[in-house]
Amino acid sequence: MTPAAPPPRVALFVTCLVDLIRPRIGFAAIRALEAAGCTVVVPAGQTCCGQPALNSGARAEATAIAKRTIALLEGHDAIVVPSGSCAATIRVQYPELFEHDPAWLARAEAVAARTYEIMAYLDEVRGWRPDTALDATATYHDSCSGLRELGIKAQPRRLLNHVAGLSLIPLKGAETCCGFGGTFCVKYPAISNAIATEKAAAIDTSGADLLLAGDLGCLMNMAGKLHRDGSAVRAFHAIEVIAGMGGGPAIGEET
Amino acid sequence: MSAAFSKRVDAALADPILKIAVERTAGTAEAKRAAAIDAFAQFEDARTRAAAIKDHVVAHLGFYLEQFEAAATAAGAHVHYARTADEACAIVIDICKAAGARTVARSKSMMGEEIGLPHALAEAGIVRVETDLAEHIIQLADERPSHIVWPAMHKTSAQVSALFKQHHALPHSEETIPAMAESARRHLREGMLGADVGISGANFLIADSGAVCTVTNEGNAELSLVPPRVHIVTAGIEKLVPSMGHAVQMLRLLARSATGATLTQYTTFYTGPKRAADPDGPDAMHIVLIDNGRSAMRDDGLAEMLRCIRCGACMNHCVVFRQIGGHAYGGTYPGPMGAVLTPALDGLAASRDLPNACTLNGKCQEVCPVKIPLPTLLRGWREKSWREGLEPATMRQGIAAWAWVAQRPRLYRLAVRAAIFAMRRFGRGWITALPLAGGWTAHRDLPAPDAESFMRRYARGER
Ligand code: SF4
Repeated sequence: MTPAAPPPRVALFVTCLVDLIRPRIGFAAIRALEAAGCTVVVPAGQTCCGQPALNSGARAEATAIAKRTIALLEGHDAIVVPSGSCAATIRVQYPELFEHDPAWLARAEAVAARTYEIMAYLDEVRGWRPDTALDATATYHDSCSGLRELGIKAQPRRLLNHVAGLSLIPLKGAETCCGFGGTFCVKYPAISNAIATEKAAAIDTSGADLLLAGDLGCLMNMAGKLHRDGSAVRAFHAIEVIAGMGGGPAIGEET
Repeated sequence: MSAAFSKRVDAALADPILKIAVERTAGTAEAKRAAAIDAFAQFEDARTRAAAIKDHVVAHLGFYLEQFEAAATAAGAHVHYARTADEACAIVIDICKAAGARTVARSKSMMGEEIGLPHALAEAGIVRVETDLAEHIIQLADERPSHIVWPAMHKTSAQVSALFKQHHALPHSEETIPAMAESARRHLREGMLGADVGISGANFLIADSGAVCTVTNEGNAELSLVPPRVHIVTAGIEKLVPSMGHAVQMLRLLARSATGATLTQYTTFYTGPKRAADPDGPDAMHIVLIDNGRSAMRDDGLAEMLRCIRCGACMNHCVVFRQIGGHAYGGTYPGPMGAVLTPALDGLAASRDLPNACTLNGKCQEVCPVKIPLPTLLRGWREKSWREGLEPATMRQGIAAWAWVAQRPRLYRLAVRAAIFAMRRFGRGWITALPLAGGWTAHRDLPAPDAESFMRRYARGER
């Protein structure tokens, strides 16, 4: 990036859960992206990336949603998503949906190639470092889609290590699924609960004040279990802490 | 969730001993595999090559089957083909009857389970001796295997000790592991040495030499296949590899992925029956090559599944398997590979829960030594289940309605507002009970939404 280059125009895709449950994550994303020198736009017609339909086997429905999402997102320098699984849906699953439709495949691939999970974008593409602070100990859960479909592991840790006062404690089984799995957690609640119970116990015994992760779905599952079990650990999306919003209400705390 | 699956899952989740037993074996396997892979610098290359070998064979199955048949026949073996499980059992039983067999010794084989051989032998009035230690335990307990590598992984040593005390006509001294092993050894050797027929599966079939490869850690295959007069091999057609060199490449991955060992204790290649100059060995060798849905899998977009070398790594690393164990899956094969195979073998209508009861976390694919894209194949089954209308009506209608709204941004915004309004009536901060979300709130609290959605606040100019 030469100094003369204009700031990249980044489309923020907030995800349906952020929009509905926790808007703070969207605002944190904007703050971090602007601090990293981006011009942020939030395409107005966005809804959901279609992941629930896709993972339920509703291919026709998922394809229809993917088409309108692609049309909405193309034409930006980058598309940034504060969720590893939604970013992976656009990056990895969309092109697979159009393997027999060359015209749409080209458009899907063009969008996929410019779509990033937010922390991967800030760290790898922008080479940005936060200058925020938070006095706390935190542990980090590696959400599955981001980890395995997009290779997100070191990027959030690199960014979090630049948050002054924050110390990261390792989490036993950090790469083990928390049992959320989108619709899995409501279709098979007993199995999901058994998995979440072990995850919550590992988080609780880590000794951290905060649980951080990059996906609101997983965070809701883990935080919901921790709260039900009476744990004092508070949960945030990692981008909230990175953007300097880790002092506010945690997930499930009244705003 | 089907009632049968739900019942099996509930029973498994309510069994604390099962949980301990599964966790102990799978946890140990996970740790040992990790150490073995760390020490195997060529792992990635080996995986890529192994996947390519299997893909090549699956794409040219006809050629390798003919080559194998010719070589095995030249070595003196009889080669049979079975299209279905029933055909395969009938062939095996006919061979046993022609040999006048009263007792058969079996060396562990998942193919035997897949075709229902234990049942077929019982029906034919033939006594079956399971010679693999874990299979022996399973036979004493009158159960089915719960894992493809450790069939008795769901049992604790105390449970095994109780079984031995009940069934072994030996002094009751089986409290320690060595004592139990000794007890099993004495009991099993009688069966191995007295059997008329030995039946095994195959880990690999070597096309250019007609050899059959088995791997064990107990040496039970050798002891149960060499002394009897007849050796019968039951094997899936996808077990073929072109040559010994290819088999060795697969073997490097198999043991490491399964148990973390570099190789199994015993790796044996059998080529034909006893020859004139051989001091021992069976008089006749029969090899039954079984399709049982495999050709159809290849043609139905499941070709990658035919790479599977049955190492069990996918189930050892699966969060769902580790909670519910193998029996809950209800088929011959459990875990992620079972969730792909069972619908192909038993029909999707009876098993649609299996591909659905998965978080798609991708760990299975990460550890699979032949890089089978298990999550993609599971998603494929979900799509088929959806197309064929097998998914529950509430789920279908819910997803369809939501997808319709998700394509209409104005309506979507309204729906989000309505959802926020509705949810906040059940709590601020944490919601502890929410109608229609009982699956969630039965076990976890749910964060209540903020008063306004992100899109609404952003549209108003908030930053
Ligand atoms: S699917 Fe892969 S990991 Fe699972 S048993 Fe087969 S080869 Fe092993």
